[in-house]
Amino acid sequence: MSELVKNEAAQNMVTLTIDDHTMSVPEGTLVVDAARSIGLDIPVFCYHPKMEPVGMCRMCLVEIGTPMRDRTTSEPILEDDGSPKIQFFPNLMTGCTFRASEGMVVRGYTEKVTAARKEVLEFLLTSHPLDCPTCDKGGECPLQNLTMQFGDGESRFIYDEKMHSAKHVALGDLIFLDRERCIQCARCTRFQDEIVDDQVIGFSNRGRALEIVTFSDPGFDSYWSGNTTDICPVGALTTADFRFGARPWEMNASASICNHCAVGCNLTFNTRREVKSGGEKIIKRVMPRQNEAVNEIWICDKGRFAYHFTASDQRLNQPLIRKDGKLVPSSWELALDLVTSRFKNAGENLVTLAGGRLSNEDLFNLAELSAHLGGDALLYSDMAGGDLVSRLGVGEGTNFSDMGPETAILVVACNLEEEAPLWWLRIKQAAERGAKVIVANPRKTKLDRSAIHNLRYEYGQEAGLVTALLSAISPKQPKSPAFVNKLAKDKEVKAAAKALSEAENTVILFGSEGTSYAASAALAQACANLLIASGHIGRPNNGLIGVWDKGNAQGAWDMGLRPSEDLDAALKTSQAVYISAADPAGDSKQYASALKKADFVVVQELYMTATAELADVVLPAQAFTEREGTYTSGERRVQRFYPAVPSLPDLLPDFGITAEIAGRLGLELEKTAPASVMLQIAEVVPDYAELTYQKLAKVEKQFPLIGREDVYYGGTSYQNSQGLGVQLKPAAQNGDSPVLVITELPEVKLSGEELLAVPVTRLLDLGNTVTPSEVLVTRLAKPHVALHPQDAEKLGVEWGSKVKLILNGSTQTVLVEFDNSMPHGVVLVPRSLGIPIISPTPATIKVL
Amino acid sequence: MSKVKGSRILLRHRDIPKLDKLDVYLEDGGFESFKKAVTKMKPDKVTEIVKDSGLRGRGGAGFPTGVKWSFIDANNWPHYVVANADESEPGTFKDREIMEQNPYQFFEGVMLSAYAIQANDAYIYLRGEFWDLAHELDKKIKKLEKSGYLGKKLFGTDYSLNLYTHLGAGAYICGEETALLESMEGKLGQPRLRPPFPPSFGLFGKPTVVNNVETLANVPLIIEKGAKWYRKFGTERSPGTKVFSLSGNVNKPGNYELPLASTFRELIFKHGGGIPDGHAIKAIMAAGASSSLIVANDEALDTPMDYESVQNVGGMLGSASVIVIDETVDISWLVNKTVHFFKHESCGKCTPCREGVFWMSHLTERIDNGSGSREDIVLLQDVANNIQGKCLCALGDFSTQAVVTGIERFPEDFKAKVSPNQAARIKINE
Repeated sequence: MSELVKNEAAQNMVTLTIDDHTMSVPEGTLVVDAARSIGLDIPVFCYHPKMEPVGMCRMCLVEIGTPMRDRTTSEPILEDDGSPKIQFFPNLMTGCTFRASEGMVVRGYTEKVTAARKEVLEFLLTSHPLDCPTCDKGGECPLQNLTMQFGDGESRFIYDEKMHSAKHVALGDLIFLDRERCIQCARCTRFQDEIVDDQVIGFSNRGRALEIVTFSDPGFDSYWSGNTTDICPVGALTTADFRFGARPWEMNASASICNHCAVGCNLTFNTRREVKSGGEKIIKRVMPRQNEAVNEIWICDKGRFAYHFTASDQRLNQPLIRKDGKLVPSSWELALDLVTSRFKNAGENLVTLAGGRLSNEDLFNLAELSAHLGGDALLYSDMAGGDLVSRLGVGEGTNFSDMGPETAILVVACNLEEEAPLWWLRIKQAAERGAKVIVANPRKTKLDRSAIHNLRYEYGQEAGLVTALLSAISPKQPKSPAFVNKLAKDKEVKAAAKALSEAENTVILFGSEGTSYAASAALAQACANLLIASGHIGRPNNGLIGVWDKGNAQGAWDMGLRPSEDLDAALKTSQAVYISAADPAGDSKQYASALKKADFVVVQELYMTATAELADVVLPAQAFTEREGTYTSGERRVQRFYPAVPSLPDLLPDFGITAEIAGRLGLELEKTAPASVMLQIAEVVPDYAELTYQKLAKVEKQFPLIGREDVYYGGTSYQNSQGLGVQLKPAAQNGDSPVLVITELPEVKLSGEELLAVPVTRLLDLGNTVTPSEVLVTRLAKPHVALHPQDAEKLGVEWGSKVKLILNGSTQTVLVEFDNSMPHGVVLVPRSLGIPIISPTPATIKVL
Repeated sequence: MSKVKGSRILLRHRDIPKLDKLDVYLEDGGFESFKKAVTKMKPDKVTEIVKDSGLRGRGGAGFPTGVKWSFIDANNWPHYVVANADESEPGTFKDREIMEQNPYQFFEGVMLSAYAIQANDAYIYLRGEFWDLAHELDKKIKKLEKSGYLGKKLFGTDYSLNLYTHLGAGAYICGEETALLESMEGKLGQPRLRPPFPPSFGLFGKPTVVNNVETLANVPLIIEKGAKWYRKFGTERSPGTKVFSLSGNVNKPGNYELPLASTFRELIFKHGGGIPDGHAIKAIMAAGASSSLIVANDEALDTPMDYESVQNVGGMLGSASVIVIDETVDISWLVNKTVHFFKHESCGKCTPCREGVFWMSHLTERIDNGSGSREDIVLLQDVANNIQGKCLCALGDFSTQAVVTGIERFPEDFKAKVSPNQAARIKINE
């Protein structure tokens, strides 16, 4: 629902007239927004509907008048015909800063107004290089479009007198600035300040020499930099990835969903068939697609740039079978027959292990096949609690944008900007509207800036901390360990507990900062207990959100897959292992040796991963960009993605391969149409009962209006015409009344000598789907660990130096970073950087 | 009681030697007004007296000072007072003299203003080039703290006040009050959108009174001697005295404090000693570089210099920095100079000023160096007109004043510079 419409009830409505259209809008609506809401154009450059108005570019000048009132009686003065007499301001006023008031009259197309537009455009163009033929923005450029509409065909400015500026300024590794094209609208700097709170770019100098500079090292150091290229109203900001890559009109657009994290940002893939790529149709860029309930019009740089894996030449393109110890190409028939016969033999000793980047359809078929044989269907994840999220997850109708002073949000064991960037953004904005954000984490995170309470605990005590919050609310709890009682007495904890219990709405997000599977299970249950005890379940804007490690982990839980408490044992004791979209051998030597012991390993993958290297049969799968499917986000919103590029020849989607195997085992599964798989899911999985692909494709009017024809207004983000998805009702919203489950709290103990290595998450890691994007390489985290500076001093380790890290039986050379907000005696080890860490574990650091 | 000789309220140091010494200022009755206000007067009473005095802002806009103070938002705290000592208008040098020679009277004005709006912190924003002056003021602030005129619980009351100086980095735009506030907050000096105005959203987003140095320096004597006494000077609508900064083609340039509504003739010929070498006066810029060019005919010379009358001869009183231009000056040269100043000083925030002034500078340069055509004059006029009324702050309009009035009132100076045979390089859309 548009912001304009949804606030109607709460606010005074005023009636104003813009160019003979009379409309009602909430009092205080900006004139440009009021016009845009009914499809009228008041052109803007600096104004952006997601940011505070600044009135700099002067493009939106209009005539504004208000009803005249008698000074003594305050009665309206009427014209002869009885209509109110309108007094217009002598000067043109900026529509982007003027707020609608009762009886206001706006004239947007008088001679005076159109002359002003022509003049402002003429001014802008005096300094513009007019290099549209080689400009990336050409074709979707507000300056170009508005010049065509309002500008003059001829220049009165002598070309030789133009000021020339640098045209290829690398603001950072991802964003280039063309200073000649810049029209100093400050959209980019305001985005960085107001929206994402990374003040790393700004204006320098003044007058005609005013220019954008970066003052971070490395340059433009922000996970959000790509968004500035969408909202730049000219071709001044371009991405290193797309610049000079294609013209906007040459590209097709396909709707998709980002699967790098659990947020489920709506994307559009722009594709083009080109000679440069051997006549193939390839993805040229990733753009945000508007979904005001998910990502609004923003995406993070991982979502924008980490897409190249689908076009990687490392992709597997034919089945492989191990012969004489080597993997050799095989036909599908041969490979599938072999797999089938071994699975049949394994029967209930088949272990299916799936990664959370697979679609619901893939996961459903995997679970069905596994059930058919009586084996275990496992989710490859170190996080628990997906079952709790399906019961106590956020209610249908939840939207972070609706949250304000009545809502409390607890984020626990989570570095949110690293684990789910868009949620960080939306919670930060909720805090700005007055939502009470509480961050509980052993060290500082960016969300701390938005929090009213920052709660610290030792790594391993996350469930204890949440239990302490619970006991602060309802003292009648079973006996807790001493550390919990101590935490419960803490003033901050008490105040936070009060805020959480007293809030009308409460949402809890739990992440995976420093947690093992067991710790995650205890944490999720503790969070669930807190929500149940405080009565914050079964309603919109209330409930539990898992900040999952993979994009469709929640979908996997919903399809019935569960992480194993002892994956090592499960793999060792199996007769056959069917792994899809997971790389356990790459993550851990222990898993690798377990897999070596397994009788028969089938790996269904995009690449030759470390796990695939150990397989007996490797089955190549289509990437999600080559097919259709659905993902379920951490907020349990089921969303559709569509094919963007043709599949590599002879490849099948994951669910299709599984269906082929199942068919040979006498189980009929849908192999071609994912929409049909969804129909089966609807039959089997109660929460999905109402879903169809048609419902998922429904859209409604959103505000701000975004779209190709008015890129001037909201930027080049794509309009959503392919589906806003459907948020599922958790069981609690369907009448289920859960009860508290008190579990034993895990504690981590260490010998004095060693450090405790804990796993943490970095957004730009070295994951299999990230590293193929060369543009990101310099932005990716290098294998490193973080230490408290005092611990480092004791060890004699300097910042940025290389050390030897010994953990889990492996030795590795890593860089050292400092974090003075982290506890002592701990070493932070980021996941997916090639350092084998799955759960907190003792570690030793040796100076090189 | 403070001594006032004739109509010298602000430049009293010319009559009282060493008035910049604290003991001399105290002996003259200094800080009695402040002490009286803090110990015996309600804050609103101070504002009321200033309102009654009719004192108008001396920075240029002439807004009634007491009215401004009464706009301060009483539901949002803390409040701040900022003295605008940026004095960046070319031709203006009055505040500097006041701060150098009569600093305590200025301080007392700041302090009275702070008491009136119940601010506990007041700032003096000086242009960057005034670093040595700021250093002197700092020393004097220390003295006031030691003597118990600044600090906590003044004169045994609950009122506390601290005074600070703050140096800008040398930008013209920072004399504009909202750009000044941005600069004080450590940001790039660019004006803010108004409304909201500083009395509701000022320094650090808090209600703030921003007053010019000269305005504030009037306040101690108004409080001491009353509104009625102050109204003895000047006119009904423009009461009080004004320091006129006189410069240009004049024998005795300098600051002259005269009652408002004194005439140009009196200032230039009586006090300023007339035009050097017996030349004829040609034009007057009454408000520094941002002035229109007033044709210096008898009507203009006999015009009273108050906020209303100057407008009648096509000018603005502004900060009353009167630049005298004699017959030897080529107006197109002068306009080129002025435009180059604004090109250098435009902050760049809004399009018409940033781009328009840059464009005008090319045109005036071309005309001035003799390579322009008649079309360039028409175009220059057009560009100036297109800037007017479209900018974010008043300075955009200021940049066009000399251009538009120069071409309109001294067309022959421009026509003489461009050769009629010079080919037009561009087509003019008439």
